[in-house]
Amino acid sequence: MSSATVAKPLAKQPAPGRRRISLPVLLLVIAGVLVLTSVVRLITDADGITSTGQMSTALRLAVPIGLAGLGGLWAERAGVVNIGLEGMLILGTWFGAFAGYQWGPWVGILFGILGGALGGLLHAIVTVTFNVNHIVSGVALNILALGATRYLSTFAFEGKEGGTSKQSPPVESLGSFSVPGLSDWLQDLNEKHWFLISDLAGLLGGLFTNLSPLTVIAVAMVPLSWWVLWRTSFGLRLRSCGENPVAAESLGVNVYKYKYLAVVISGGLAGLGGAFLSLVGSNIYLEGQTGGRGYIGLAAMIFGNWMPGGLALGAGLFGYTDSLKLRGGGTNVHALLLLLAILLVIGAAYLVWRKRYVPAAITAAVSALMFAWYGLTDEVPNQVVTATPYVVTLLVLSLSAQRLRMPKANGKPYRKGQGT
Amino acid sequence: MKKFDKERVLLAVAGPVIALIAAVALTSVVLIASGKSPIEPYTLMFEQATYSDIQVLIINQAGMYYLAALAVAVGFRMNLFNIGVDGQYRLAAMTTAVVGAHVALPAPLQIPLLILVAMLTGAFWAGIAGILKTTRGVSEVVATIMLNAIATSVIGYMTLTENFGVPVGNNQTTGEMSKSGWFPGISMGDSGEIYGFVVIAALAGVLYWLILNRTRFGFDLRATGASESAAAASGVNAKRMVLSAMLISGAVAGLAGMPILLGDVHTYSLSFPTGLGFTGITIALLGRNNPVGIAFAALLIAFLDKASPALDYATPVAYDKEIAVIMQGLIVIAVVVSYEAVRRWGLRRQQQRVGEELAAAARGNGKGDGNGNNDTVKEVAAR
Repeated sequence: MSSATVAKPLAKQPAPGRRRISLPVLLLVIAGVLVLTSVVRLITDADGITSTGQMSTALRLAVPIGLAGLGGLWAERAGVVNIGLEGMLILGTWFGAFAGYQWGPWVGILFGILGGALGGLLHAIVTVTFNVNHIVSGVALNILALGATRYLSTFAFEGKEGGTSKQSPPVESLGSFSVPGLSDWLQDLNEKHWFLISDLAGLLGGLFTNLSPLTVIAVAMVPLSWWVLWRTSFGLRLRSCGENPVAAESLGVNVYKYKYLAVVISGGLAGLGGAFLSLVGSNIYLEGQTGGRGYIGLAAMIFGNWMPGGLALGAGLFGYTDSLKLRGGGTNVHALLLLLAILLVIGAAYLVWRKRYVPAAITAAVSALMFAWYGLTDEVPNQVVTATPYVVTLLVLSLSAQRLRMPKANGKPYRKGQGT
Repeated sequence: MKKFDKERVLLAVAGPVIALIAAVALTSVVLIASGKSPIEPYTLMFEQATYSDIQVLIINQAGMYYLAALAVAVGFRMNLFNIGVDGQYRLAAMTTAVVGAHVALPAPLQIPLLILVAMLTGAFWAGIAGILKTTRGVSEVVATIMLNAIATSVIGYMTLTENFGVPVGNNQTTGEMSKSGWFPGISMGDSGEIYGFVVIAALAGVLYWLILNRTRFGFDLRATGASESAAAASGVNAKRMVLSAMLISGAVAGLAGMPILLGDVHTYSLSFPTGLGFTGITIALLGRNNPVGIAFAALLIAFLDKASPALDYATPVAYDKEIAVIMQGLIVIAVVVSYEAVRRWGLRRQQQRVGEELAAAARGNGKGDGNGNNDTVKEVAAR
């Protein structure tokens, strides 16, 4: 496609005056963390932290967060802040289960997407056509989605077999599969508990074991979104609406149309995430099932610097910390305290090398506290496990917020012809 | 100028009125679509509001909503979105309950102490987001969302039996607070008791108005909210304003749980009301950050809350009380849309008027020299 040449210089251009982490460095950092994790696992004997089961659970939990994050990405790349993701997820869970229990799970997925897209359309009408503050509209949408699904549940599910006003009848499963041969081999490798190799096998094994077809579709959405947004003329125009709508308009781009499309697609992706929750995560719709995942998806997107790869990494991190809660949380998180403490020591050393002594001293002190916490206790309370993903997000944001760059016109009101 | 003011009042009232009518109409559509009477739920709910015990419930609920909404409104005036009111008031209520259960001073000392604890806790929790925003540039929206979730965990940990929790039946409480910390209520006979703290809520509204509209600080705050760069140019330290607005917002949020805590339940338990903060956002929007407007909005939402449960037990046809939640959501959307529409309509009216005056001036000065004409045009345009 000819537009690829147009898109390239834009994507490559680093923000002036800021260091940009290049891909090799990022891979090196990830590899380093993996080696450290492996060391920590050997020291603490908490084999759970890199087991295939753990990784597989993490993936399952990361998918809805990642889809919500992708939804946020599409909307915000076109300049519309979407805090209504939570409401769109709720609509996705409800519509997914509603159609799923009557006409099968695949129709359920379709309805989930449509339900989310409906929420997106409403958000687009309010924010693009009426130019209302995006966050206000999103909050309103969240309230409305909650009320509407609760109200509808009493008609749609109450009195049906296995359904009440708070949950739907069970939906037929989509089934799951493991990649033959590869999955078993990786699992065997993982159970040998070798240094590094078993950890890698666990990580990869999680990606090939007990997969739902919907997981594959969801994961494929990440590169697909990247390709559409950064390698097609459609994506370039869409992103230009988020960076400088006036300039886009002057070049003949119908900004309203692109914003509408972006927000509706955003809703559709969040709806798919919702459908995943009610069709794959469990097999029913349950009131309050989303549990704030829309907000977490938004955080994952910001964590990932408004890029698909970054948000996938963020969603993976959230999914992983979430999975710790389900599988032997206390001991595993306890083991991760040691990892965190070691990482902080490295961070302190780096800061000393950069001659920033005060932050280095603070980091070292925090690290010492972590070591003490690790040494003096055997388990962490359940509440600490629950709070971990949120604390991690806050930490990451506070460390990296200044290096993040959101679309320039994100959240700004735009009216047709305002530039003239 | 008098004429202008009349129209401004009309515009200010038109927004919420149109929004309410639209929300009621849309709710009726939902009711018709689900095969129910589109009018009866409203008459049922109004009938509920005539009972004095329901009225007491509504006033008590409105008092809490009012404080939560004020907290949100302080942020709004500064262009800050404090979604964290929810976590702030719950954490503050839990801390206050724990302090109240373990400290027993005489009432004139105990009550101010408890109020101080609540405000400090709320301000502390909001201050984290404020500091992250001013020093690290973290968006307060995301930070407060995270802090809400963390507050839930902190509360869960603190109310464990090995910490400050006291199990009562199958509920987990923080133990009963000392009697000296109970805030006296206003007895209404058989209908129940109005929380005395509702008076404090009203005072907070007056204070909010005074500080924002009659002090230098309030002016700086509103100026920074309207345009950060313009305020900075006139010597306002924007970062300090962000932090202080966040701290004040958190302190007020800390009070939101106090009416029920000090006036009724006297302990923090699993059944303590949640979600006040999110409803507070609705109410602050509906009341346009104006202390009187917020009071009306708080009463309206409290009415929807407290009059709707009766719908479930209505005879001969029962309605689902969730319809009130739908209505709340619709009200918010209708409110923001109608405010925007009314604002645009007002702007157009103004432009039209200026246009007419310009045309009239041009006609009047048509025979005069060109210079005079230009001056008039400038003068009118300057309005």
